Amino acid sequence: MTQEDVFSTVVNTLKPYAKNQVALKNVCLTTHILEDLHVNSARLIDVVLLLEDAFEIEISDEDVDSVVTVGDTVRLIHANIG
Amino acid sequence: MSRRVVVTGLGVVAPTGNTVTDVELALRKGRSGLRRMDQLREHGFACQVAGVPQGVDELAAARFREDDLLAMNSNHRYAALAALDAWTDAGLVVPELGDDRVDWDSGAIVGTGIGGMDTIAEKVVPAVNGKRVRRLGGALVEQCMASGVSARVGGLLGLGNQVSSNSSACATGSEALVMGFERVRSGRATRMLCGGSEGGSHYTWAGFDSMRVLARGFNERPHKASRPLSASARGFVPGAGAGILMLEELEQALKRDAHIYAELAGGFLNSGGHRGGGSMTAPNAEAIRRCIRGALADSRVEPEEVDLVNGHLSGTRADVSEVRAWSDALGRGPDQFPILTATKSMIGHALGAAGGIESVASVLMLDRGFVHPCTNCEDLNPDLDPFGDSIIRETRNDVDLRVVAKAGFGFGDVNCCIVFKSCDPQNLILQGEF
Repeated sequence: MTQEDVFSTVVNTLKPYAKNQVALKNVCLTTHILEDLHVNSARLIDVVLLLEDAFEIEISDEDVDSVVTVGDTVRLIHANIG
Repeated sequence: MSRRVVVTGLGVVAPTGNTVTDVELALRKGRSGLRRMDQLREHGFACQVAGVPQGVDELAAARFREDDLLAMNSNHRYAALAALDAWTDAGLVVPELGDDRVDWDSGAIVGTGIGGMDTIAEKVVPAVNGKRVRRLGGALVEQCMASGVSARVGGLLGLGNQVSSNSSACATGSEALVMGFERVRSGRATRMLCGGSEGGSHYTWAGFDSMRVLARGFNERPHKASRPLSASARGFVPGAGAGILMLEELEQALKRDAHIYAELAGGFLNSGGHRGGGSMTAPNAEAIRRCIRGALADSRVEPEEVDLVNGHLSGTRADVSEVRAWSDALGRGPDQFPILTATKSMIGHALGAAGGIESVASVLMLDRGFVHPCTNCEDLNPDLDPFGDSIIRETRNDVDLRVVAKAGFGFGDVNCCIVFKSCDPQNLILQGEF
């Protein structure tokens, strides 16, 4: 799976949760999930669960805490799927 | 500081319709919103009839953002739809997404009786028992916590005054109105969205069915199942929905040129203390009488001024004692008794939402000049024969309503009574009284 494939799945997963639709349209690896996309912090865990299902992986709580940007998420998933 | 409080907006999601217009039409026609529910049959309920709002998910999908919807169970959806309708009906504008302003003068008290039981039963319990706690996600707590409904409303509208949920079983919705009324009257808020909400779930109703307090014997005739005041009443019909009223300080309402449906003249809350015949599930009759008298005194309304009683009346054995309590409290025997109706005859008993929905009905009758029927009491309970002429069986359009008393009584031996008065804005300005 390419990094582009992972990026696309991450963005699609974030889509329903992003309150800032303008930022979502211009989303890139450096986009901040909370600050730019205005995703409710309580929903982050739901995004993580959906990504776990989508990629059939398990993301540790420590790793979740380290995620700030879309790029962080893509790299984390890429590392987990090997 | 004591201010007058008026109703300037209505929002309702009910088994008979999801707009004020549809609900009013159903009330006028005496149309039932009760249906036989396959789910109740499949789960072995003795009562397989319920009153559940229809088409709500489609309405919610058109109104709310996707990520909000993911965290909104039926209770949240009913409350949010009714609250937004009450807000816009009052002539106020729902904030755009991204509007970061807080309205410090407006608040919400939206109660719930049993709340997110469906979420607990369908999601929390299976996941926890299956050792899948990690998979529960981030949207469960807000759907299970009692204050979730008011918090949801507050968030959608940017409310910065009191935002909380009360709970007093079947008196919840009415109690919220009295609480919000007191807040506006005291000057601590300019306007409050108040009422109740209750999700529709067989998990919520199962305990009542087991108690044998739900209507039995009418599964084949759902429209006949809710029978307040009837000799053949066999318990109440469970229901769901939300009813929310905008309570606003009079001067502000006049300044905004808002439509004033009615004045909320006063109300009273009390409990029978599980004494004098009262218990967790039965009312202390003296407490009910005191509650009614307290509401009248708070409203400065004389008992003989009450034109219409929209009772708690749920189709149980308590109906007879309730009518007697009204008669005693008002000091008006059968010959002088005000006219009497029961909204539950058409929508069933929406538990924590009942007081809100039925207050919407009460205010509509006052504002529009009609009285909806108490359906299904063609075989009046013989103990109530002396009051037979007071009970409205067919819609009346010829009644000059000035004062409507609405009551809600709940498990826990808790009581609430509200007094609504009609108003003529012209008189308000000219005379300062109505």
